Parts: sequence; structure tokens; C-alpha cells
Amino acid sequence: MKKTGFLERFRAWDEDRFDLTERTTGDLNRPMRPAPTDRTVSDEPVQRLAAGEMRAFSRIYPILAAILGVVLIAFLLMTVYDLPPFGAANVPADNEVPARYVRDGMAETGAVNVVAGVILDYRAFDTLGESHVLYTALTAVLILLLSLRDAEPEPDPEDVLMRRDGILTTTAALLVPIIVLFGIYVLLNGHLGPGGGFSGGAIIGAGLILYAIAFGFTRLERMLNLKSFRIICLVALCFYSVSKCYSFFCGANGLHTIFSPGTPGRILSAGLILPLNIAVGVVVACTMYGLYSIFQRGRI
Amino acid sequence: MDYFELLLLGLLVVCGISTCLTRNLLASLIIFMAYSTIMSVLWALLKAPDLAVTEAAVGAGISSILLFITLKKLRDIRRKANDEKDRLS
Repeated sequence: MKKTGFLERFRAWDEDRFDLTERTTGDLNRPMRPAPTDRTVSDEPVQRLAAGEMRAFSRIYPILAAILGVVLIAFLLMTVYDLPPFGAANVPADNEVPARYVRDGMAETGAVNVVAGVILDYRAFDTLGESHVLYTALTAVLILLLSLRDAEPEPDPEDVLMRRDGILTTTAALLVPIIVLFGIYVLLNGHLGPGGGFSGGAIIGAGLILYAIAFGFTRLERMLNLKSFRIICLVALCFYSVSKCYSFFCGANGLHTIFSPGTPGRILSAGLILPLNIAVGVVVACTMYGLYSIFQRGRI
Repeated sequence: MDYFELLLLGLLVVCGISTCLTRNLLASLIIFMAYSTIMSVLWALLKAPDLAVTEAAVGAGISSILLFITLKKLRDIRRKANDEKDRLS
């Protein structure tokens, strides 16, 4: 087949290498026709015009891109040059606020990991707003992607099952339990060590995606479908909002709360940080898997 | 600065440039995954282990998977368009 357009040439890299999908999912009864060698007369000038524009564009584009890149790099290097050296003692950010976080953070929040204490206790108001921004963005993405569902019927997920091979399934069967277990560990130890809700949830989501790639969606679908996805996200976010509102109300008015810092270093300590980490992690894991599922087959 | 960090930073620059300049989109994605992995090692060296874990899971794992699926969808769309053109001709 004759490739004329710039984009067509650019994208023609895999036409010959990947006819495996053609063999497995293509219609076998389709009569083989010879590829058209010539174009019709009517769209020839349009093609020539588009090719000419594309050629002019592709001549100017690298020069403009190079100039823009050099300017951007110069600005960034100037900014980096003005920064204080890494780990210096007298930087402007090193005032009494981080000093208090480091000194009293463990006693006040009960979290050994000061980062978790700052994110989910001292600055929990910011984190609450951020999680709602993220959830709103996710809802917009879901609306956009799920509305395309009826427009184009997706191939049956069973053909994914038919194409699976031994190396992938064996590796996935060995790795998925370890990945999910590590994700749960990171999730539950967010107040004791590095990690937390987002990292743990992302690791669990990656494990679920690997399972879905290897074994298909049918078994995961019993546990995770659109209904359970909605219920999990709703319950987790409502729990987050209600418990933090209670915490803000009590903290602002100097009341006694039922959440105590506990003994730092124990797994059941640090007040609200552990349940909030679990809520965030569950939502993130479901979201990662849900996005993969929507991208792959058009529905959750 | 440590030689290992200098090596990683140099590889980061090489990966970033070659991600943009590679014509083959699949190879470009794989180089991008390598970029994320190097970045996660650098986060760990800068004493930010939680960022390192997140970068490895999200940057090298999930976003690459979504981009791979997008590439596959593009190929399906192109194949469908080619089938249409064959049928019409």
C-alpha cells in the first residue's frame, strides 16, 4: 500500500510486525483483497495540499521546538542556580514550623512517619480538598469514557482469555500475591514508615491489573464491578469527610476527641491516620483498576 | 556528588531526549518506563522513599500500561479503517 501522508508514514511502524492480532481477532472469512495501489482522482489535490502543508509544518516545527526548549532550559537552570544547596541549614523554609513538626510531631499525632503526620493530621484540611479535587477529576473522566460505551461495541473479554500464554500466567500467579501483599503492607504501615494510602493503593491496583492481563476480567468481575466500585468509593470518601469534619470541629473548639494518638510505633496507633490511609488506598486501588478496565474494554 | 548519582542523572537526560526523538512509539514508551525507573532510584537516593515507591508504581507501572493500551487501540482503529478502505475499493 502506498503511504503518502506524513502522519501515516509516522504511524506505519507496526503494520507488518504485529499481525498476530489480525490473525486472532480478525475476521477469518473476510475475502482477501489486494491492497489498492492507486488513489481515486477526486481526492488527489487534497492529498497533495495536505502533504505540502505537512512538509512545511515539519520544516518549521523542529526549529521552533528547539528555540522553545532552549529558552525553557535556560529559565530552569537560572532558577536552579538561585536555589540554596541541597541540605543546607539556613534555607528560608527551615523556620519554626518544620522544627515543631520534627520535635513534637510524634507526640502530637502518634505517627512515627512525620510525613504521614503532616499530610493526614496537621495539614489534613489540604489533603481533604485535594482528594475531592482528584475524585471530581476522576468522575469527569468516567463520564467521558463511559458515555462512549454504547457507541462502539467492544470485543468480548473471552478472547483475552484465549490468547494468554504460559509464561505470563505462571509469572502472574507467582507475582500477584506478593505484589498485593506488599501493597497492603505499605498501606497499613503508612504511619510507621515510608508509604501510605496512595502508594499502597497504587501497588494493589498494579497487582490487580497484572491479574486482569494474565487471567482476564471474568473472575475479577465477580468482586469488582461498577456497582461495587461506586459503593467502595462512596463509603470511603464519606468516611474520610465525616471523620475529618468531626476532627476539625473538635480541634477548632478545643474539645476532647475519641481518636487518641496512642503509643507511637504500634500498628494500632496515630488516631485517624491508619483508617484514613486505608480509605485512600482502597479508593486509589479501585480507581487504578477501573481506569485500566475502562481503557481496555470500555466498561468496569 | 556520587558517581552513581551522576551516572543516573546522565541516563535520565539520555532517556528523556530519546523518548522524544524515537520514531517507534512502542520503543519510546519503553524508554519512558526506563526514565520512570531511574527517577524512582533517584528519589530513593534523595531520601524520599515514599515518593520512590509511588513513582515506581504509578510512573513505571500504571501510566505505561494505560499508554500501551492506547497504542493498541490506535492500531485497532487503523486496522478497521484499512478494512473499510479495502471493502470500498
